[in-house]
Amino acid sequence: MADLRKDNNVKEVHYKLTLCDGPTCIHNQSKQLHQVLDAEIKNRGVQNVSIHLSGCLGMCKKGPILIVNPGYTMYGNVKAADIPEIVQSHLVEGKPVARLTIIEDHLYNRFFRIFGDVDFFGKQMRITLRNCGIIDPENIDDYLSVRGYEALAKVLTNMKPQDVIAEVKKSGLRGRGGAGFPTGLKWEFTAKAVNGDKYVICNADEGDPGAFMDRGTIEGDPHTVLEGMIIGGYAIGAKKGIVYIRAEYPLAIKRLEKAMDAARQCGFLGKNILGTDFSFDIEIRLGAGAFVCGEETALIHSIEGSRGMPRPRPPFPAVSGLFGKPTLINNVETWANIPVVILDGGDWFSSIGTETSKGTKVFALAGKVRNTGMVEVPMGTTLREIVYDIGGGIPNGKKLKAIQTGGPSGGCLPEQYLDTQIDYESLAKAGSIMGSGGMIVIDEDSCMVGLAKFFIEFTQDESCGKCTPCREGTKRMLEILTRITRGEGRPGDIEKLERLGGMIKKSSLCGLGQSAPNPVLSTIKNFRAEYEEHIHQKKCRAGQCAAMLSYTIGERCVGCGACKRVCPAGAIEGARKEKHVIDAAKCIRCGQCFDVCKFNAVSKA
Amino acid sequence: MAEQITIYINNKEYKVDPGQTIMQAADKLGFHIPRLCYHPKLSIEGACRVCIVEVEGARNYVASCAYPVANGMKIHTNSQELRQARRDIIELILDNHPLDCHVCERDGNCELQRLASSMGIRARHFQGERKVYDKDLSSEAVIRDPEKCILCGRCVRMCSEIQQVHNLTQAHRGFDTVVMPAYDMPMGESVCTACGQCINVCPTAAFLEKNYTQDLFQKLNDPNLIKVVQFAPSVRAAIGEAFGIEPGRNMEGELIAALRKLGFNYVFDTQFSADLTIMEEGSEFLERVQNNGKLPMITSCSSAWMKCLEQFYPDLIENVSTCKSPMSMQGALTKSYFAQKIGVDPKKILSVAAMCCTAKKYEAAREELLVDGMRGVDIVVTTREISWMIKSAGIDLLHIQPEEPDHPLGESSGAGAIFGVTGGVMEAAIRTAYELYTGQTLIDIELESIRGLKGIKEGKIDLDGKEIRVAVAHGLGNACKLLDTVRKDPERYHFIEIMGCPGGCIGGGGQPYAQANSIPLDEGALMKRAQALYDLDRGKTIRRSHDNPDVQKLYKEFLHSPLSKVSHKYLHTHYKAKLPKGIIPKNG
Repeated sequence: MADLRKDNNVKEVHYKLTLCDGPTCIHNQSKQLHQVLDAEIKNRGVQNVSIHLSGCLGMCKKGPILIVNPGYTMYGNVKAADIPEIVQSHLVEGKPVARLTIIEDHLYNRFFRIFGDVDFFGKQMRITLRNCGIIDPENIDDYLSVRGYEALAKVLTNMKPQDVIAEVKKSGLRGRGGAGFPTGLKWEFTAKAVNGDKYVICNADEGDPGAFMDRGTIEGDPHTVLEGMIIGGYAIGAKKGIVYIRAEYPLAIKRLEKAMDAARQCGFLGKNILGTDFSFDIEIRLGAGAFVCGEETALIHSIEGSRGMPRPRPPFPAVSGLFGKPTLINNVETWANIPVVILDGGDWFSSIGTETSKGTKVFALAGKVRNTGMVEVPMGTTLREIVYDIGGGIPNGKKLKAIQTGGPSGGCLPEQYLDTQIDYESLAKAGSIMGSGGMIVIDEDSCMVGLAKFFIEFTQDESCGKCTPCREGTKRMLEILTRITRGEGRPGDIEKLERLGGMIKKSSLCGLGQSAPNPVLSTIKNFRAEYEEHIHQKKCRAGQCAAMLSYTIGERCVGCGACKRVCPAGAIEGARKEKHVIDAAKCIRCGQCFDVCKFNAVSKA
Repeated sequence: MAEQITIYINNKEYKVDPGQTIMQAADKLGFHIPRLCYHPKLSIEGACRVCIVEVEGARNYVASCAYPVANGMKIHTNSQELRQARRDIIELILDNHPLDCHVCERDGNCELQRLASSMGIRARHFQGERKVYDKDLSSEAVIRDPEKCILCGRCVRMCSEIQQVHNLTQAHRGFDTVVMPAYDMPMGESVCTACGQCINVCPTAAFLEKNYTQDLFQKLNDPNLIKVVQFAPSVRAAIGEAFGIEPGRNMEGELIAALRKLGFNYVFDTQFSADLTIMEEGSEFLERVQNNGKLPMITSCSSAWMKCLEQFYPDLIENVSTCKSPMSMQGALTKSYFAQKIGVDPKKILSVAAMCCTAKKYEAAREELLVDGMRGVDIVVTTREISWMIKSAGIDLLHIQPEEPDHPLGESSGAGAIFGVTGGVMEAAIRTAYELYTGQTLIDIELESIRGLKGIKEGKIDLDGKEIRVAVAHGLGNACKLLDTVRKDPERYHFIEIMGCPGGCIGGGGQPYAQANSIPLDEGALMKRAQALYDLDRGKTIRRSHDNPDVQKLYKEFLHSPLSKVSHKYLHTHYKAKLPKGIIPKNG
């Protein structure tokens, strides 16, 4: 291993600039920033500087992020206009530009020495994402410099397959795809199954709306996923691995391909890995973006070339999976944990987390929270810590209303569950699920009925159409929710939703259907009053359901006429410099008058 | 046998064999769990969720069609909560189904209707949007009506697993899911072979044959037409089921009488031209054997198989007999020999065929089969259509006085009768070929090795010291398997019989729907239909095609000899490769 490892720091590089190349930073013009930075350095003739790209660092809200080493100076929200100053002051004069650096006051709980000074990272514990944002994902030397492929070497030289499985079992690692099945047990079942060839699959068909944990992991550290899979292949006796990844992730695919090429060249992948008898290779299969293909049997059908539809289990893939052969299928995050479990040991891994849930969990933190992005926390962290300590709380002085975890399969937890610890059982007990890691923070401006409708619309769209409860039932739930949000709800609608939801949960063929009613049932459970208001009083307290809003113009009106000009329905009357009036019959509740009024004279209720 | 295990169904203890599903175990114990997408001949879909049961300890209900029994398992099939869930599921299906039972062709014959009735659905809770699709009327034979489809997937599995045609698949997602041919190709342009098995297994009316009954009623009332009908062997063996009697009763005489009552002037029997087919095909086979012709020779009676051949096995076209199917031979003779005999312009003859088959509708329209510019068969109706017409005309089929067919195209041998069962054409051909080749009469004429419902059957006969190896396949999936063997090993067989439908014509796509307490294509029912034809054969004095006096007379008066010029004009045809649209051939 030592021969393979080249320490990048040995190079005569004075400053190593790392620009985050994650999706949000790219969206925030990091590519242009790269060009400007490059040009500026050349123009000024600055020597001994190299520019590197990294995968997503997770601090998406502050992107684009630029890190300057040595010194670990982190710049956030960098604009092209800031570049000359950074180059001149930092790279030429050696003085970091204070106004652009992300350093906050608290110094507690420094797990990560690099980011310890930053609140956002303070309560995080990065195992899956340990290299994301730090190494160059397209450079295998970078991965090797952080003990990459050392776990594989250890496994192949010092461990029998059953030892590997024992270590994984000891770690207490559970499936990070959402269901939380004990990983070691799954490996053991697949290892024991005998039926010719075996397969290892990495499920990278990330489909929850707003979730990008798997994408971030692969884009930021593709080798760790590959290393995990190769170890898995060795443990169960497979020669072939497949990464099933959605085609909408071109960068992740590119980096995986590059990583696989590099790994093959270095002898980590292919025939006789590291000179041993063990041969294993990986191929990439692209998914067409069907949410249901994240379900393992649907995913397997898709790889086989059939329509991505789930089938009843048993038999489980461990016994009869891809092409009818025993198949070990794990999610990206699960695979990324494997090298750590091997190198640092199952005992160490199981020391992190709670009684039943070990290790860490990555979440895509989104919604009404200051620091949106990708975070990784030890199991047992409370929702409150994520929202307030890591997420920085709710912006604009709004009140927290709920936290939605688990994406379209999960539930909404109201404020009183804020101190719920994050682990599989606690979240389930509270009425939600761990899921694959979506976490949406909801403030008082969001309508819970509308939110439930959003998710059920998603699952109805993405239902494979095979089983009746999911295909037909979610459609009827969507229709009922739609009429409630339109102010056409009927008495008994809530009970119908509960009846349908309960039936769909218990009768559907696969996990998609079995969890599809969760957002509805959990919002009914925790926010029933909001539903009742919609139905009986035709009122949406969040002011989101357009059909129930009424706009009025109050005493603050100065008669400027801005609202009258913008109204597409011609519903506003009033002479100049006199108070205007909205004709409720003509009003289409588009809200443009509300947005345009500079005097806060328009109110909606 | 593994040791029995204990399960509990509705709190009662039972000993059952391991390794079976809950549904299989329950069936044997007398619990009929409601079901919809399940079919014993098809793979487990687990889609409809009607067969859910409660298993203690399981988080959710499980589909009993898919879930294996385990020792100590406690199962509930009828709890209150489960009953409601099941009822809600059926209700959801109904909510997305046209509420037009009273004008639906399957009214009274619909599995969904029966299921809804058995669930006791008396109120509707969730009605909303319904799917809206146009009917696909592009095919000569099979109509697709996605609005009636409840997405059980039986047709998809039938088409791909049993028939291996792979024409149908689910497309789109969620509420928009629909079963269609690849690329939403119209059925008429798709690779559909028109076998009609999708109709047989469909629980509703999502697939139907193109119905010609109204057209036929109208023409039967036209005094200027000479109305001639022929009916296939298998129609007589199955039509009784449409009138509520057990499978297996031969209704030949009653059917002939009913057809006359419907207004047909002449009732002929397709078994006559089955005998004729044997004369031609048997002679063709011997010619190929004696003159080093292309072998193995493959039969050409089954129209779905002919389309399958042209699309998927064009390289084997030379192997296929040039004989038309019995129906088309009969049609050609009706418009030529028979027209001359009664001295009428063949254009004035309405030639109708009552068939167990939907593909015959497609066949009748094939251009290659035109006789002097005319269609040999003008209208094809299925067993279902003709039974409906008989009922609609108020004819009491069950209590009617049986009658005899007309001459000169009505007499048949026992060999003609068994055409309707898989293996029957081969058996009939051997009876005649043996005698034509050896000059001796074959004594032991019942060839057990090629009878029965095994997918591919093999047999051998000795023709004066020459071993002739034969094979029989029924259902296009089995046919494909057999033909793949032939492609690899062309020497293996001399003569092959292929029928497109499971069981042969008795299991045709136009046969009566399964009755209330049976399932489509039930093997027991197929065997009974087969037995009816075997009994018919045994009951005949004449059991060899070449002994049929009407056939002999036809050769004397019109055709001269098998494979003569006249024969070729009226009784033989040709096939050509038809590359399916949108599908790229494997080898180029």
